[in-house]
Amino acid sequence: MSSEQRPILSVRDLKTYFFLDEGTVKAVDGVSFDVYPGQVVGIVGESGCGKSVTVRSVLRIVEKPGRIVAGEIFFRPRKGNGRLLEGSQDGYVDLARLDAQGREMRAIRGAEIALIPQEPMAAFSPVHTIGDQIMETILLHQAVNEEEARRLGIERLREVGIPNPEQRMEAYSWELSGGLRQRAMIAMALSCHPTLLIADEPTTAIDVTTQAQVLNLLRSLQQQHNMSIIFITHDLGVIAQIAEYVLVMYLGRLMETGPVVDIFHHPLHPYTRALLKSIPSVYTRSRTFLPTIEGSIPHPFNRPPGCPFHPRCSQFTAGICDQKTPLLQPVNEQQSVSCFLYHRRAEED
Amino acid sequence: MKHTTRDERTLLEVKHLKKHFPIRKGFLRRLVGQVKAVDGVSFYINEGETLGLVGESGCGKTTTARCILRALDPTAGQILFRTASGQVVDLATLPENELRPLRREMQMIFQDPFASLNPRMNLLDIVGEPLLVIEGIKSRKERAERVAEILRLVGLRPEYMQRFPHAFSGGQRQRIVIARALALHPRLVVADEPVSALDVSVQAQVLNLMMELQQRLNLTYLFVAHDLSVVKHICNRVAVMYVGKLVETAPTDELFYHPKHPYTEALMSAVPVADPRIRSAMIPLEGDVPSPANPPPGCYFHPRCRYAVDICSQEAPNLEEIEDNHFVACHRAHELKLRGIGG
Repeated sequence: MSSEQRPILSVRDLKTYFFLDEGTVKAVDGVSFDVYPGQVVGIVGESGCGKSVTVRSVLRIVEKPGRIVAGEIFFRPRKGNGRLLEGSQDGYVDLARLDAQGREMRAIRGAEIALIPQEPMAAFSPVHTIGDQIMETILLHQAVNEEEARRLGIERLREVGIPNPEQRMEAYSWELSGGLRQRAMIAMALSCHPTLLIADEPTTAIDVTTQAQVLNLLRSLQQQHNMSIIFITHDLGVIAQIAEYVLVMYLGRLMETGPVVDIFHHPLHPYTRALLKSIPSVYTRSRTFLPTIEGSIPHPFNRPPGCPFHPRCSQFTAGICDQKTPLLQPVNEQQSVSCFLYHRRAEED
Repeated sequence: MKHTTRDERTLLEVKHLKKHFPIRKGFLRRLVGQVKAVDGVSFYINEGETLGLVGESGCGKTTTARCILRALDPTAGQILFRTASGQVVDLATLPENELRPLRREMQMIFQDPFASLNPRMNLLDIVGEPLLVIEGIKSRKERAERVAEILRLVGLRPEYMQRFPHAFSGGQRQRIVIARALALHPRLVVADEPVSALDVSVQAQVLNLMMELQQRLNLTYLFVAHDLSVVKHICNRVAVMYVGKLVETAPTDELFYHPKHPYTEALMSAVPVADPRIRSAMIPLEGDVPSPANPPPGCYFHPRCRYAVDICSQEAPNLEEIEDNHFVACHRAHELKLRGIGG
């Protein structure tokens, strides 16, 4: 198989739990997915579904008391990053086994896998200039001197469409508008040409016209650099516009995965279906009652037994859904679903 | 002084409303400028109707809402309100003692149900407080009966009355906020981003509840929001704000399908369509929203407008009714053919 058809990231049965005094929160509870080179994978889900913890696990920045308790995170670094691959047969490293603060992980984080966080206001340091922060990243990961790093930094700022990049290098994050700040954040994330970019709700904190600018920018940068992107959002409109492949998460598990067109036009899982119907759209008729999903997301300490969605599911079958947890199984050529309506494979306890 | 509104059905009419905040600097707190947060806004709402007020952050929509409720004192302009007794009063200039009996007729639903409920008060106290303060119902038992009735109305179980806000989910909390707002049977409800802090699966429940309550109680809503899909869904008419001014007001479908202001067109095209087959050509809006402390001359939108001509940078356009019920503030409104959603 050529390397282009092999995933750049392959997550297998990942479990990340938080151990609190009150109990254990299973934030991510058995998640598996692949990301291929140049692919934009969208993760959708409501708050608390574990989408952020999933990608933070990949970056190995899960905060205590959380930790990865099981699963593998196979990542294929660039050829040049050879030292990482000692002992590896097929060109993959298991990030879950690396020391989170160790040298290997630090060589990957920021250089090969970069993050665009949700709140650019909180992510930039207010006491250092934008330029210093971008140069710091470049100096850390690339063998260049300060002058060269500065030139690269200006180039990145220009690439993301920031006017007068030379002057903006001297600006502080609080001097920039929301849109420019998010662009600067993207420039910083791209400063070392990562092969995998993780965007964690990058447009949630900004206005709709700025969001359109940022989405257009990400789309064109992705094509130019042939990057892979994992794009997290709760906004299905954004997912429809940017993703090729979609993962639908609920309470730490994947409910359904598939190409974006199938997820939107041929959803299979009752949760995906209900979610799509309950969202007001500018295309639906005004002032009609929306179909709703009954109830609300359970508290993480009171996870229902069996399928996590069963208490809110309209197609719930007593005796099955509340007792066994369905596995994510392929049900046609494109889509995989974890629901007993489509298959019988359950998790063995 | 006698005031008149647009017609008999008008519950609220805002005329040339302004709210300027002074910018002071230095030791002597010298006045160095004005932030014109709201700068000459005019609109009306008919009884039983929902008017959406949309715009990007910082455009002055929340300030407008707060002025109407007199949480802020407006700098200039009129806020005409038809009271339950049929009299039209100007809320903008009414002294506090005359305003107080009218407070019960206007209530507010806040954005963040995690911040707007006192964590140390149970539901009986939260929803019952307006009954005690405004209606003067001293008996706790009587209040509890009224509270139970209101909780049932918003779809909460009366048994929850002794519980505290932390025991409820976001959607339930927003129901509590709605219950508190409805406790005094208001006629006008100002809802400031009531669903933007909620999960998508819960948003629909709250939107449905608000529409249902409107029908049942003949409520009038001023619905402030930035999410255009939500606004399209719930509003009869929509007003679009940009840097402290209204640029366009029209019935919802008219505004979404036939926008007449270039800013409205850009807003419409920026909404991501929840259909992967329609990867829309979003009209890129260059640059940033100007600061309300230092807006550009002429039309505030002209530096970003792709249709701008000479006059746009010289003269500020007025909000004019160019078709029945369709108000636009644009020099070129008559000649431009703009694209609405799906266009």
